[in-house]
This record gives sequence, structure tokens and C-alpha cells, in this order.
Amino acid sequence: MRSPRSLVGGSPAAAYAITFDGRELPAQEGQSVAAVLWGAGILAWRTTREGGAPRGAFCGIGSCYDCLVTVNGLPNQRACLVPARPGDAVTTQEGTGRADLTV
Amino acid sequence: MLKRHSLDAVIIGAGVVGAACAYYAARAGLSVAVVDSGPVAGGTTGAGEGNLLVSDKEAGPELDLALLSSRLWTELAAVLPREVEYEPKGGLVVAPDEATVKALRNFAEGQRAAGVDAVEVPANALHDLEPHLAPGLAGGFHYPQDAQVQPAQAAARLLAASGAEVHLGEEVTQVLLDRGAVRGVRTPRRELLAPAVVNAAGTWGGHIAELAGTSLPVLPRRGFVLVTEPLPRVVRHKVYAADYIADVASGSAALQSSAVVEGTPAGPVLIGATRERVGFDRSLSTQALRRLASQAAALFPVLAGVRVLRTYHGFRPYLPDHLPAIGPDPRRPGLLHACGHEGAGIGLAPATGLLIAAALTGAEPALPVHPFRPDRFGSGPGAADTPEEHP
Repeated sequence: MRSPRSLVGGSPAAAYAITFDGRELPAQEGQSVAAVLWGAGILAWRTTREGGAPRGAFCGIGSCYDCLVTVNGLPNQRACLVPARPGDAVTTQEGTGRADLTV
Repeated sequence: MLKRHSLDAVIIGAGVVGAACAYYAARAGLSVAVVDSGPVAGGTTGAGEGNLLVSDKEAGPELDLALLSSRLWTELAAVLPREVEYEPKGGLVVAPDEATVKALRNFAEGQRAAGVDAVEVPANALHDLEPHLAPGLAGGFHYPQDAQVQPAQAAARLLAASGAEVHLGEEVTQVLLDRGAVRGVRTPRRELLAPAVVNAAGTWGGHIAELAGTSLPVLPRRGFVLVTEPLPRVVRHKVYAADYIADVASGSAALQSSAVVEGTPAGPVLIGATRERVGFDRSLSTQALRRLASQAAALFPVLAGVRVLRTYHGFRPYLPDHLPAIGPDPRRPGLLHACGHEGAGIGLAPATGLLIAAALTGAEPALPVHPFRPDRFGSGPGAADTPEEHP
């Protein structure tokens, strides 16, 4: 299969691990969180505030805010823009991701 | 050019005040048209927070207007669609020290005599009302009558409920006169003829007064609002520090800020609002935003870790004595004013509409209107003829 990498004759850098809901996933330097999740076949990582419908990457370029996710405990990170760093703990974001603040 | 002859009144301005005037005039049996150079709620209404406050007003004519409006909003909430997001959430004014608690106590005493519900909250009970409130506050006052609406929706639904004919995107270029009396308005697309014209143009009310050959010294007072990312309910009331009251009443042109923090049904927390007189300058003031953010985080430390998504700003229509101009302009027969509500226009709109409808039909007004008379600033044609009217 031809891929951008094969076209330029590149070879992958060493992979490191991040976790998604506790499951270990391989990531590479420069990949966004969304790319890592997609690479592992995961398409949804957030539920909407009204109705709890599943959401993942939509525009992929930081405009639509559909791909929000919780990274290392901080909710509302755009998965398509945030780089995956070694050891990042990505978790599914339910609604606002701030249920703990509810009074 | 299109002409209409069967109107009883033309209302200039499709903000919340114009919409309320249309609503109550139509309810009184009048045929009205509303005309605006922009969209519904395109000016100050759409740039507000939707405050329906009695808590920030000292006893006096504006408070009476706010109390009447508060009752009318309750009625309106029952008949308007739920998109207006009417929330009788109550207000909580907090004081940093004992001296401020004392000042609030005096302030509340005067308000109670006027019919306001104000309940003193001791320091140890503040967190029962607002669990995320900062520690160390000296006390506060709870105002159950304070409420909130989504202002653009409120204006739009009120206007739709009025059944008025509406012309948007049409600037009034001329107020038509006949032997010194108003007989309608002209836009680039039509003439709207009516024996009465209501100036509900808000911050731009001075311009309309000028078109009618008279004057009203409405000035813009800029305000910024911060909008956070959507959150669950973290703030229950409209919460603000006591110095907000002094800021509202101040005549200073310099930047004033005291955070008013509140949740919304849609999720974001709104943090308002600065006040500064800089004309119609729409440029962003990072100084204003920084102050709002730090004051909000001082009231609710939890907000320090929450992201601000956007900011918006608008221009409050400000009159020198902080009271709106409501009623007929004796200097120009047929012209009525309903503008200059500063930052309280959403709250004061229904009572204003009711008073305007009474003036249009000759009915007894629900409140004494003398404090709101439009010619109290004393310039314009005919002013010299009525020197006893001038303060």
C-alpha cells in the first residue's frame, strides 16, 4: 500500500505508550492524540452533554471542537491538536468532563 | 415608496425595550410597527447578560421600575416560550469585610422598605448557598427576586408575541414632522406613518432624538463579558461582590470592574461586567478581561482552572443621572422616548413597555413617571419655554 511515509521512504521512529481509559496504545513522536486513537481503531472518546451521544474527530483541524477529550485529568482538550506525549493518560470525557464540580 | 396609514405607533428599536413597548402597546389594542437598522437584539440587548436585578438598585424610582418589571417578567415567563430561559435564581451579594456588611445592611434596609426581599446571610452560611465560594468572606445578602433571561431570545420572543409588523435592516433616516408634531418615520424602503413614534433605540437614542429635532444626552458605557467552557451547575445564583453596586452608580469614565458570576442553562458561566466610557470604541481591552477573570477567580477559586472560550462586549445606553428616559417628549408632540436604561434594560423593559403603552393610550401609568421625563436634561427646542421642568 502506498502511504505518505512509503512515498518518501521514511521509517517510523520508536513508539512509546499512552493510555486510553487504562488501555495501553502505541504512539509516535508528532502524532496527535486523535491520530493515536484512530490508529488503534478508536473512533469515539467523548459523549455529548445532552443525550450522551458518542463523538470523535470531525474536522481534524482544530475548528469544530467535536473531538474534545480529557487528557491527564484536564477536560476539553482538542484531541486533533494535542500531541500525544509519553505516558499521557487519555480518558473518555462524559459531557462537560467536570461532573466533579457540580453543586 | 410603500406607505402605511393605519398604524397607531412606530417603535424605533428591536431590542428588548422596543419589543416590550410593542408587546404592551399591542396588548392595549394598538397597531404598531417596529423598525430597526439591524436585526432583533443586534445592539445592547444581544450584548447583555440578561440580568433582572433588584439587588443592585438603591431605593428610588429605578428600583420601583425594577420591582414592577420583576412582577411582569414572572407573568411573561408563563406565556413566552421556554427558550427565553427565565430563571428566578436569586442574587447573592457578598462582602469581603465587616464594614462592607454594615454598608450592605443599610442599603438593604432602604430596599426592604421599597418592597425588596433581602435576607442577610452570615459568613458561615454562605457556602450552603454557594459551595464553591471563596473562603474568608464576611457575609452577604440573598435577594430571591433577582432573576435572569437569555436576552436575545427574550427580545425575539417578546417581539413575536406582540404581533407587531417588523422591519429589520432598515435604518430610520428621517423622523417625519408636520407643523411641529411627529407623524411617522422614513427608511430607505418605506414611510411608516403614525401619530406617535417611540424612540427605543437604546445607546443610539440620542441620534433618533436629533433626527426629531430635539435632544437626549445618551452616552455609551462599554462593558465586556467573559464566557467559560460549558460546565455543570457550579454557581447557583447571580453572585457578585458588594463593590459592584458602587460601580453601577458611578459616573466616572475610567475602567471599573467587579465580577458578576452566574451559570447559564446552556452550561457556560458568564462573568460580567466592566464599565468604562470610551465612546463607541469596539477594540478589545485585555486589561478589562484580565481584571474580570481575576475577580471571578477570587470569588470562585474553582474558576481559575476553567477555560474562557470567548468574550463579547456592548455599549450600555447611559444618561447622566443613571435613570432611563420614559414617556412623551413635551418638546416634540408625538415623540416618546424609551431608552437610556444603561445596564438594566433587560430587567426594566416590561415596566417601560407598560408605561409607554399607558402614555400612548392615555391610561393611568402604573408608576409615577416624573423621574423619567425625557426633557429633564434641559436642552433642545422648547426647553426655554419650560424652565420649571429643569432640575
